[in-house]
Amino acid sequence: MAVDRIWVVVEPAGGGVATNGLELLAGARGLAATVEAVTFGDANGAAATLGDHGAATILTVDTGNAMAGVPVAAAIVAALEARGSDRPTAILLPQSYEGRDIAGRLSVALDAPVLANAVGLSDDEGRLVAEHAVFGGSTIVKAAFTTDRVQLFLVRPKTFVAEGGAGAAGTVEALPIPDTGRPGATTVLARHTEERQGPKLDEAAVVVSGGRGLVDRDRYALIEELARLLHGAPGATRAIVDAGWVPYSYQVGQTGKTVKPDVYIAVGISGATQHMVGMKGAKKIIAINKDPDAPIFAICDLGIVGDATKILPKLIDALKNRS
Amino acid sequence: MPAMHVAVCVKQIPDPSAPGRLDPATRTLVREGKFVMDDSDSYGVEMALQLVQAAGGGAVTVISMAPGGEIKGVREALAMGADDAIVVSDETLRGSDSLSTAKVLAAAVRRAGEAGGVIDLVLAATESTDGYTGTTPVQLAALLDLPSITFAKKVTCGESAAGGLTVTVERQTDEGHDDVEVALPVLVTLTAGSVEPRYPAFKAIMGAKAKPCQVIGLAELGLDSGDVGFSGARQEITSVTAAAERTAGDVVEDDGQAHVRIVSYLESLKVV
Repeated sequence: MAVDRIWVVVEPAGGGVATNGLELLAGARGLAATVEAVTFGDANGAAATLGDHGAATILTVDTGNAMAGVPVAAAIVAALEARGSDRPTAILLPQSYEGRDIAGRLSVALDAPVLANAVGLSDDEGRLVAEHAVFGGSTIVKAAFTTDRVQLFLVRPKTFVAEGGAGAAGTVEALPIPDTGRPGATTVLARHTEERQGPKLDEAAVVVSGGRGLVDRDRYALIEELARLLHGAPGATRAIVDAGWVPYSYQVGQTGKTVKPDVYIAVGISGATQHMVGMKGAKKIIAINKDPDAPIFAICDLGIVGDATKILPKLIDALKNRS
Repeated sequence: MPAMHVAVCVKQIPDPSAPGRLDPATRTLVREGKFVMDDSDSYGVEMALQLVQAAGGGAVTVISMAPGGEIKGVREALAMGADDAIVVSDETLRGSDSLSTAKVLAAAVRRAGEAGGVIDLVLAATESTDGYTGTTPVQLAALLDLPSITFAKKVTCGESAAGGLTVTVERQTDEGHDDVEVALPVLVTLTAGSVEPRYPAFKAIMGAKAKPCQVIGLAELGLDSGDVGFSGARQEITSVTAAAERTAGDVVEDDGQAHVRIVSYLESLKVV
């Protein structure tokens, strides 16, 4: 094993634990003799699941109505001090809304740098080395820490494959939260769950994404309809998210979600570096774009050079007539 | 409402449409050529201007760190309407990681507060377009001992019962959004589309050249060069390799029957 001990931050999702946390537990198991999970919110009740995914101990933090970043980081810092020589070598966090908040706070409290956007983590003669995909995934950069501080890695979803069957329910230990002062003063007044039909974007077997080539924001409804017909999830490029057509949570790419579906359908997407890094891992890629020189055609399995706004309605009709 | 002093972090980046590359010697991103304001930061500038206007007065200070005394991107923010700018530029900052960058920005925000009155609100993008680690804003908040609300879709400032200013944010989450509230001062990061950035008029672009823009070095911020740049990064690149290339499959021109082709391809993949 590369190291003795790794902590994994597992965030809550939909009343249980988020898949990205289970993925990180699987990755950590391959690198450390002992893996422990730090959880908060609804994930605190998931000892059986986390134990099954390899967490020997589940360190829970009760964040109440505060945003998670400050209290979870403060509880981790206090726990690291209390642990003494049983401190983990590294802490893995998901590259997610909460994961980034926690990592930023930990980084300053521990004066430790962060390696972000890791798409791989490996053991190089006892040293943890992170892989990063840059320039649209065309180049792989490997990086490691040169400090003896706790190593903080933000890991992109889908980097590892979640795998259960690793053990019994872990021991649960509640971590106290020290006084967090002004930074901990945020209050979550209400949590709203958007009604989204169909699978989640980063878990769907089929993803249909739209870009600028749709021309008009109203046509995004065609992307949603096609996704629905294929039991998939709709996605988007940064360009149309920036333009306000769809929320940030739809964004696929470098600064959005990473998806690895069986089939990715890119509609009206040229294939900017920013986008490609988020979907290059798809098993099969279908692209529809007007410009025959669009970079997306260099990586697709089936490419259609044509007007997406004409092809989409016909494709939707054809699929409807089949069923 | 009391007047507000807002600091907006603006990253000046090489034109994002130009292909990026790594310096073979230092293995860091080559940052050269024409610099522009990162589009992601235009939302922060616009939000700052709107919040100050809603408060009935105040000021917007642009904070930036850039090589070579670069101010072109900062001028774009000044042209939009920001009042002044502090740009930290120092040769020893080359190779800075996100934590070192946050230390520099924190010192610059403190300086802006000393010069122009207490900073009530710090705004930043969720991540930059070129580096996109997405950790700098929260590190900055932690260094300034401020709360942070990240991934804001909507930001409203109001007066609390006690008379101070509070901010209410609609924060993007995986499952929808949260309504989050905190008393100022606070750092907020903005998602794209949270506001519609204005296009500066020609007169404003010309006027921006006369606005105060301090370009300062590390010494003026009281920072030690050992904490920043390559020496402060405490991480190293161990290898750079080409990724396995995907090969292009069939690319065909739409003859009006492309949908049939797509359906049969989906059938072959057993998706339908």
